[in-house]
Amino acid sequence: MALLQISEPGLSTAPHQHRLAVGIDLGTTNSLVATVRNGISVVLNDENGRAMLPSVVRYAPDESVTVGEAAQAVQSDDPVNTIVSVKRFMGRGLKDIGDISRLPYRFIDAPSTGSGQASGMLQLRTASGAKSPVEVSSEILKVLRARAEAALGGDLVGAVITVPAYFDDAQRQATKDAAKLAGLNVLRLLNEPTAAAIAYGLDNASEGVYAVYDLGGGTFDISILRLSRGVFEVLATNGDSALGGDDFDHRIQCWLLEKNGLSALGPRDTRLLLTHARAAKEQLTEHDETRITAVLSSGDVIDNVLTRAEFQSMSQNLVQRTLQSLRRALRDAKLGTADIKGVVMVGGATRMPQVQHAVGEFFGQVPLTNLDPDKVVALGAAIQANLLAGNRGGDEWLLLDVIPLSLGIETMGGLTEKIIPRNSTIPTARAQEFTTFRDGQTAMSIHVVQGERELVSDCRSLAKFELRGIPAMVAGAARIRVTFQVDADGLLNVSAREMGSGIEASIAVKPSYGLSDAEITRMLQDSTQHAQHDMLARALCEQQTEANQLLEAVQHALEQDGDLLEPGEREPIEARMAALRDTLQLADHLAIKRAAGALNDATAGFAQKRMDKSVARALTGKKISDLGGE
Amino acid sequence: MQPSDLDFQQNYFKLFGLAQSCRIDPVRLEQQYHALQTLVHPDKSAHLPDAEQRIAMQHATLVNEAYQTLRSTIRRARYLLSLYGVDTQEGTNTAMPVDFLMEQMEWREAVGEAQQARDAAALDQLEAHIKRETHELEAQLEIKIDTERNYADAAGLVRKLRFMEKLAEEIHAAYDEIDT
Repeated sequence: MALLQISEPGLSTAPHQHRLAVGIDLGTTNSLVATVRNGISVVLNDENGRAMLPSVVRYAPDESVTVGEAAQAVQSDDPVNTIVSVKRFMGRGLKDIGDISRLPYRFIDAPSTGSGQASGMLQLRTASGAKSPVEVSSEILKVLRARAEAALGGDLVGAVITVPAYFDDAQRQATKDAAKLAGLNVLRLLNEPTAAAIAYGLDNASEGVYAVYDLGGGTFDISILRLSRGVFEVLATNGDSALGGDDFDHRIQCWLLEKNGLSALGPRDTRLLLTHARAAKEQLTEHDETRITAVLSSGDVIDNVLTRAEFQSMSQNLVQRTLQSLRRALRDAKLGTADIKGVVMVGGATRMPQVQHAVGEFFGQVPLTNLDPDKVVALGAAIQANLLAGNRGGDEWLLLDVIPLSLGIETMGGLTEKIIPRNSTIPTARAQEFTTFRDGQTAMSIHVVQGERELVSDCRSLAKFELRGIPAMVAGAARIRVTFQVDADGLLNVSAREMGSGIEASIAVKPSYGLSDAEITRMLQDSTQHAQHDMLARALCEQQTEANQLLEAVQHALEQDGDLLEPGEREPIEARMAALRDTLQLADHLAIKRAAGALNDATAGFAQKRMDKSVARALTGKKISDLGGE
Repeated sequence: MQPSDLDFQQNYFKLFGLAQSCRIDPVRLEQQYHALQTLVHPDKSAHLPDAEQRIAMQHATLVNEAYQTLRSTIRRARYLLSLYGVDTQEGTNTAMPVDFLMEQMEWREAVGEAQQARDAAALDQLEAHIKRETHELEAQLEIKIDTERNYADAAGLVRKLRFMEKLAEEIHAAYDEIDT
């Protein structure tokens, strides 16, 4: 190992040289870059001394790209080509976005081709052509990279990019792709609350169990971590990758529309109202009321006073949704609020008084806000980047993080077979064996999903791929071992192997297509809400699968050994087969079960005759195994 | 110690430097887990070539798997019995004592009723009760394996604990249901 360490390609071979590494917080609203200088983590400012780069990208007709404040300044004048909160679109299809009329963009749907390689991610039509969210994000990262290289005076060895802990595989992959597109070597994708815990924990030499409540511009995470002797161990994480400060803005926007009797607005007015809504939200952090005035393109004037009480009441259920995630995370960690030593607040949206109040009340303690909630993620990411780049300063620590959502595979009848449960410590792997359904089946489709529900259609589809060349055997004889490997970035790789032949198929999981709005939360909530519905659906699927297998087996036996039947014995069997086929059309698992039982009864005599024939053949020197298949 | 000094072929107990028994010191188990991950975790080799990062991932994956196996009594016992060549027959052996099955059914009904009534206090009570019963079975299991070396009885206890595990999962789901 030591030999390899000094011969790494592309890196300085001088062991004492400090390697330039940064941590980047690629946020919904703002992005930051930080690095460790002289042992201290610092945020790198732009030439005007500003730390935060607004995550806004504008594509002009002359193909030029502006990022940050300059783009933000013209967002109301050129809303269609000025992309705000692009993080919400990462790894998402058009139907994931919900009400697109609230957004001023021209979306392009990119449906999956089903090959497993098509991204299915939506695109945005701009003056410079169609742009994917990955490209837009890479523009933000390029600016931060240039800022860091100018400040540090050299090329970067690598970067740690933070992602919401509740990001699924598709969103993580999109983030990593954006970093690569920006020419960054990704040392690690780091979960945002974990990054905050590093910055906080190392700063305070803390020990014990902490909760990190991270409400950003567009995402919400809760992570429960145990800190002990230099180990940061995430016990459970939960959240909502489509809930953030933006949603509070939208509530105010809707309130303004209602107050003024307005309906659908054009892109310019939509952006104008959102901008005013955000300003009002920020005003209400310090003040009891705020006045919103704007002139729409129609000339209509908006002039309303919004009180803090009104704002709190219209956003109450958003705060409640975060508390629900807290309860789930605590249950998964098998802990109560009394076990939590401290609560760390992260993300600009945690400045809202109603959020502070609700979280404080929930945990029965005042949340910690001594680190700037806007900067703490980037600061932690820089500390981790410094460690990962190999700049070891003596004191080291260990990070043990988890996968936020269960991973599974589609089995017969549209059911999910869970392979890796949520909150498993990564890296992790699990192998599961599956078998063929039909005699002579030579190919098998593997459909990988992420989520908590029992039905595949209720989970997020991550990829589909096909395993071909399975040796033809009788149904149930082939053994297909599917291995799920989740790496330290939380990214999944799936491989499948037929155990007899050793044929292997492997893919890195790419998102195949999207689901409906706010699916991750929905997935978790629904998995409990619809437990009853799932159970019935599962029972029905199982009965249908079994009935089909039975029908196929009887049909096969009739074709092969029909001559064993006496006249009049075949008809009752065929009648019950027909009856079973009829019940398959009904969504009644009990009826199918009854009909299958009847068919089983009707074939008992026939089965005995076949058995006798097999034994007779075996006794005359033929191998029994010759009799099983074709 | 270097990662290269570790033998990943040996059984989980030896990998963790622990005596091969059902009773285990949880504090020492966790210490050993942290010590092993400090050696093999991919974060330690993020600056190294891809091949070494891959090996680190495999080693860290195995250490995680071993830790998850050893920290849970039912999984630890199942693993230990498999080392002794004993199959716990959880999928095949359904010959459970009738009174045990009756009790399971009653508990299941109680969970369902508590969920229906959105009665968190009733769930708390059930959870505490089931935790106690589980601990009792686990204590018996340690005796059967470590002291009496009666692996057939131990396999029976593992099968019972599997029922308790499922019941605990149902209670967990019921809490989530009440919450929404």
